[in-house]
Order: sequence, then structure tokens, then C-alpha cells
Amino acid sequence: MLKSRRSLLSAIVMGLVAGAVAMPAFAADKKITLGFAQVGAESEWRAANTVSIKEAAKAAGIDLKFSDAQQKQENQIKAIRGYIAQKVDVISFAPVVTTGWDTVLKEAKAAKIPVVLTDRSVDTKDESLYVAMIASDFTEEGRKAGKWLLENYKTPGDVNIVELQGTVGSAPAIERKKGFEEVIKADPRFKITRSQTGDFTRAKGKEVMEAFLKADANINVLYAHNDDMAIGAIQAIEAAGKKPGKDIIVIGVDAVKGAFEAMMAGKMNVSIECNPQLGPQLMEVVKDIVAGKPVPRRIITKEGVFPMETAAKEFPNRKY
Amino acid sequence: MNLQSISKGRLFWPLVALFLMVMVNFWFNPDFFSIKVVNNGLYGSVIDILNRAAPVMLIAMGMTLVIATRGIDISVGATVAISGAIAAALIGGSLEIKDGVQTYVSNTPMSLAILAALGVGLLCGLWNGFLVAGVGMQPIIATLILMVAGRGIAQLITGGQIVTIYYEPFFFFGNGFFLGVPFAIYLVAAVAVVLLLLVHRTALGLFVQAVGLNPTASRFSGISARALIFWVYGFCGVTAAVAGVIIASNVKSADGNNAGLMMELDAILAVALGGTSLDGGRFSLIGTLIGALILQTLSYAIYSLGVPPEINLVVKAIVVFVVCLIQSEALRNMLFQRRTRVEGQA
Repeated sequence: MLKSRRSLLSAIVMGLVAGAVAMPAFAADKKITLGFAQVGAESEWRAANTVSIKEAAKAAGIDLKFSDAQQKQENQIKAIRGYIAQKVDVISFAPVVTTGWDTVLKEAKAAKIPVVLTDRSVDTKDESLYVAMIASDFTEEGRKAGKWLLENYKTPGDVNIVELQGTVGSAPAIERKKGFEEVIKADPRFKITRSQTGDFTRAKGKEVMEAFLKADANINVLYAHNDDMAIGAIQAIEAAGKKPGKDIIVIGVDAVKGAFEAMMAGKMNVSIECNPQLGPQLMEVVKDIVAGKPVPRRIITKEGVFPMETAAKEFPNRKY
Repeated sequence: MNLQSISKGRLFWPLVALFLMVMVNFWFNPDFFSIKVVNNGLYGSVIDILNRAAPVMLIAMGMTLVIATRGIDISVGATVAISGAIAAALIGGSLEIKDGVQTYVSNTPMSLAILAALGVGLLCGLWNGFLVAGVGMQPIIATLILMVAGRGIAQLITGGQIVTIYYEPFFFFGNGFFLGVPFAIYLVAAVAVVLLLLVHRTALGLFVQAVGLNPTASRFSGISARALIFWVYGFCGVTAAVAGVIIASNVKSADGNNAGLMMELDAILAVALGGTSLDGGRFSLIGTLIGALILQTLSYAIYSLGVPPEINLVVKAIVVFVVCLIQSEALRNMLFQRRTRVEGQA
């Protein structure tokens, strides 16, 4: 019963996978097979992440089986079970949520298939359930934002910072806030005077910033947990008759294309990169695992800081 | 029967709630009523609230009619996303830099793009109307279909990305000012005036009420309930599409994932706060507008008072709960007439 259900599932998943990537199902020689269960396509960032993984797999000659879970954990679990049934060499996925993975990860372990997490972590007591995690360090991104501000804000006097937080309770929101606060604590001039969530969206970022601007005439700096909220807030600042980038310093995180356009127009000061292009790093790790080489458990993606002076030069290279 | 005299009495408590919300804002922010002129437009908290409430007010007006016919439309948020995506996709999603100057390009003429967005909104609404009136599905199930599928459709149109719009004239709908007042407010006013005239000066209001109160009886008295319900859902779809265009214009982009998210609930809440019963029948458009303003004033207070984001929703829930209690006749009777039995249990 269970077996037939599984094989049915795997057939469905295989069908999905075949549709998702145009790649011959039967490779000639013994290629490495990687099963990747993506979260979905919820943002520009995620779309770039998907493209990076697909391209890197192709370049590395790895047979990629890809599935899109449409932001649902049960879909991801189904996809992972499908990969186990297909006996792929390595399974990788970006967990939608942090909990509830133990059962399926134990099944993978029992089938002796190593698991690599990307982008987000899982909450589990058993550390042996996955071999490595490749992800951004959100706290470090917050620290970089804080460092940039301390180094570049020269006007004397108190600095009033307003903060647009990400979705309440999400890891990037919590950690970007923590990292930023950690750094600005060093200089008592810098204070966060207002902080509210903008749900990571342009519309909410704009709406909240409008209210901030009316309630408070002394805003020197805006720190937004992602670029989209910063872009919305920039519109609100302009509507208030102030110059974003000059009257109010604007700091964003992610370094998406829209942020570069704003920086080129002089409306945004800096964007801290949160790199979705972890495909190449993932493929390297997969090869090392299959070759039996030891891999580090926590691999941080390579990320930069882009102040507005570098925007025009960097813009043509941006893929997301 | 004079509809106006009925609504007057029923508007009293929603107005009290709105007044209290405004006073809370004023208490914490003495500049709340100050309005100045910035960039040719009026600029101030009150203007913000009106402008921000515009999309919900529009949708809630459509929702009021739907609810009056004993229906409900939970797909409006998805319709907002679809129409915004269509407008954005048709108008222009690429920035062209010629000799270092950013220029604005529009793929299709703007009027055509907006008509397309509104047309698709109408289709979405009529699809719901067809399922409810034609097929006879329960409204919440019928519109649930589009609520779930609609976001997928919007994602398909935008290719899963946030589509940025680079066409200046389009920004007028959500950002522009006419005689100093945000343009979106005129849109709301226009829809409201037309609707009020239709409802109060023609038999339409009576028909909608009749269908909501007793569909069978209204059919026997010669009202084509099916056609009426079909078009009421269509109208609701159009109001959602107008809201979608305003939102896309306001943030100069379309976000298939987040545009209009949970807006159906705000619209339904606005209708309920405005004193329209979710059982259908009697309805109040003005009450709905006040309801939408109560919600936006509340959000505004949360943003500007420094409520920690973690408890935003709790604060919102408590206020909505209290406003509902204030409006409850049964509760008022209980408080003021000490233990006299409430007749007829509302």
C-alpha cells in the first residue's frame, strides 16, 4: 500500500520535474543527480535564486531534478520523498518553514542520501540529518548596514533612524534588526526612533513611511530590511517634499535591480547584498560530497555592500 | 419606505467609532489635523488616510451590494492583483536609458491598458456571478476558487517578479493631485455618487434588498434575481480592478504575490463596521465608507504611535472588537436598561 503510494507520488514528481527542466531523463554516463526542492517563486530574489541553481547545475554537468513547492511545506516534503524514491545522489532544499522536517530527513538518512540546506535553516535536535547549509548570514547583513552608516554619516548631532522591519517573526527581519542594533550601539548618537513592519513589500513600506513622516519631523536615516520597502518609502519621502538620499539617508538590503535604479538616480545611498546566486557554491559542495570529501557545515554566501557611487558601474552585472 | 431615514439612524454608531479613532490620533499626534501644500498637493495625515483608504472604500462598496444580496466575495484581493498585473504588463516593464537619461516607455497606450485591467476585473466578477447565480454554488465557495487561482494568474502575468512601471502619466491615478486633492479620492467619490443615485433614485436599491431578504419572494414579485446577482458580482469585480490600478499606480509596480493580500477581509470588515448585516438585505453604502475609514485611521494610529510590530494585529483586533460591541444594540440595551429583557433578540 505504502509502496504503491510512494511510487505514484514519485511518478507525479518525476512528471513535474521533467516539465520543470528540459533535460534528458536518461543521461549517458554516470552523472551526479541532485534533487532540489525550491520554496516557490514568491519574489525577485527567489526567481534569481532558481535561475542561479539551474544554470550552475548545467555548467557543472550535474543532472538537476527541480521542483517548486509553491510556498507549501507539504509539497516540499512530497518532492523530497520523490527524490528519495528516485535514489538521487544528493538532496537539497530551501526549507519554507523551520520546523517539521525530522521525519522526512530521517527517511533520507535511512536511504543514505546526504541533504544540503540552502538559504534557510531547519529546527532539529538531530544534527546528523543534514550535512551542510549554504545560506546568507542575515545578522551579518544587518551589521554591514550599521557599519556603513557609522562610517559614512558625518553630520554632527543626534541621528534619528526609522526602521522598516520585514515580516514579523521571519528570520531575516529578526536577524537584520539584531545585527544593525549591535553595531550602532557603539555610538550613542545613533538611535532608532521608530520601528514598524512593512511586510517586505513596496506598498506597505510606502504607507508606513508616510505615517512616520507626518508624525515625526526629525528623521535622518531610513533603514529598511529589504530594498522593496526602501523603494516604496523613497516615494513617500519624495511626496513629503524631501530629498531621499540627501535629506534622509536610505539604506536597504538585498541589492535587487530596483535598488540600483534608485541609487543611480541618487535617491538611495546603499544596498547590502543578500546574494541569491548560490548555485555555483551549491554545485561545488554537491561534487565534494559525492567525491567523499569533507565539507564545512555552515557555508556563508559571498555578499558585498553597494554604495550609490558604485551603482552605475555594477548595474549591468545585476541579474536580479 | 424612505431608505435615507433608516440609514441616518444606523450611521450614528459607526460615526462615533470613527470620531473616537480620530481623537486617539489627535491625542498622540497634535499635528494630526494640520494640512500644508507640498508639490502642488495637500499634504497631511487626514489626506493620507483618505488616500490610503481609497482602494478599500472602492472594493467595500462593491462588497456591500454583494453582501446585501446574501452573498460574499472573497476573491477581490486576487482580482486586485490580476488587474494590477495586467496594467503593469501592458504599460511598460522596462527602463530605457538613452545617453544616460532615463526615459519612459509605454508598451501599449495607457487608456487601452486600463480598459483591459478593468475589463479583466469585470470578467473575474462575472465569473463569480455565473458560479453563484448560474450554477447555484454557495458564494463563499464560488469566490474561493478565484481567490486561490487568481494569485496564480497574477503571478503568471508578472512572471513571478515584481514588475516595475516606468511610465510617468500612469502614476497620476495613485499619486496625482487634482485641485490639491489626491485623484484616488475623486474616483471613490464618483463611484459613491453614481451608486447612491442608482440605489436611492431608482428601484435598484430596493431590488438588491429584496433579493437579499427573500430571493423566492422577490422572484415571485417579478425581480430577475439571477441577473441581478450576476451583475452585482460583476460590479464588485470592477471596483476591485479600479483598486488594483490605483495600488499599482501608487507604488509604480505590480506585485502578484502581495498586491491586495487580505484585502477581501478588510473590505468585509468595512462593510460590517458600517452597519450592514452579513445576512443580507438592508445595507448602507455610506456606512461602508465610514467603516473603511475607521480601519485606515486605526492602521494610521498603529504606525504613528509606535506600537511594537509584534502586537499590531492584537491592537487591531481589540479595537475592532470594541467597535463591534459599541454597535451592538443588544449590548447597549444590556448596559443601559439594566436587565430588561431584549425583545426579539437581534
